[in-house]
Amino acid sequence: MIITVAGNKKEVKDGITVAELIVLENVETPRYVTVSLNDSFVENDAFESTVLKEGDNVEFLYFMGGGC
Amino acid sequence: MITISKAEYQKILEHAQKNLPEEACGLIAGRIDGADKHIEKVYLLTNIDHSNEHFSLDPKEHLAAIKDMRQNGLTPLGNWHSHPESPSRPSDEDKRLAFDSKASYLILSLMDRSNPVLNSFHIEGVDATNEGLVVE
Repeated sequence: MIITVAGNKKEVKDGITVAELIVLENVETPRYVTVSLNDSFVENDAFESTVLKEGDNVEFLYFMGGGC
Repeated sequence: MITISKAEYQKILEHAQKNLPEEACGLIAGRIDGADKHIEKVYLLTNIDHSNEHFSLDPKEHLAAIKDMRQNGLTPLGNWHSHPESPSRPSDEDKRLAFDSKASYLILSLMDRSNPVLNSFHIEGVDATNEGLVVE
């Protein structure tokens, strides 16, 4: 099936989960990544149970923060 | 070298001053030309920590900014934040949370309110290198 990842169309296996996509995309520091699915944020503890479907739009947002 | 226009620098400065005593933060985007980076657009985001010692970007605003960069053909270059009471250099926490070694990390010090200082750093592990920011 075709989904969009970070603005790019990508073919992935049917039934792929967010957690599997994170591995497939070689996402660095996955603990610190926020995932947006069709403009809604996916809770980190739902990565493994969230199954993607044809046409989904996924964005990975890398945590940015710091201190002084 | 990394460049920023006076107008975009002013956006950072005014947003940071407006948010005192809290840290202010945002994103930077533009283009990469060989070894040089050119900041063409500054994004002003909400510090969801609402703290004078920490910052975290608002994820919704972060997402909107990434989409805007894509729509405008801009390359994400990194982020910026202010240090209301400390110098323009990465803190230990800044280094620990700098996950992207390709990013530029701009830090605006407002420690001396009448003499703001903005620097850009490349951070890799515990090493931070001043990238030589030029306001033009």
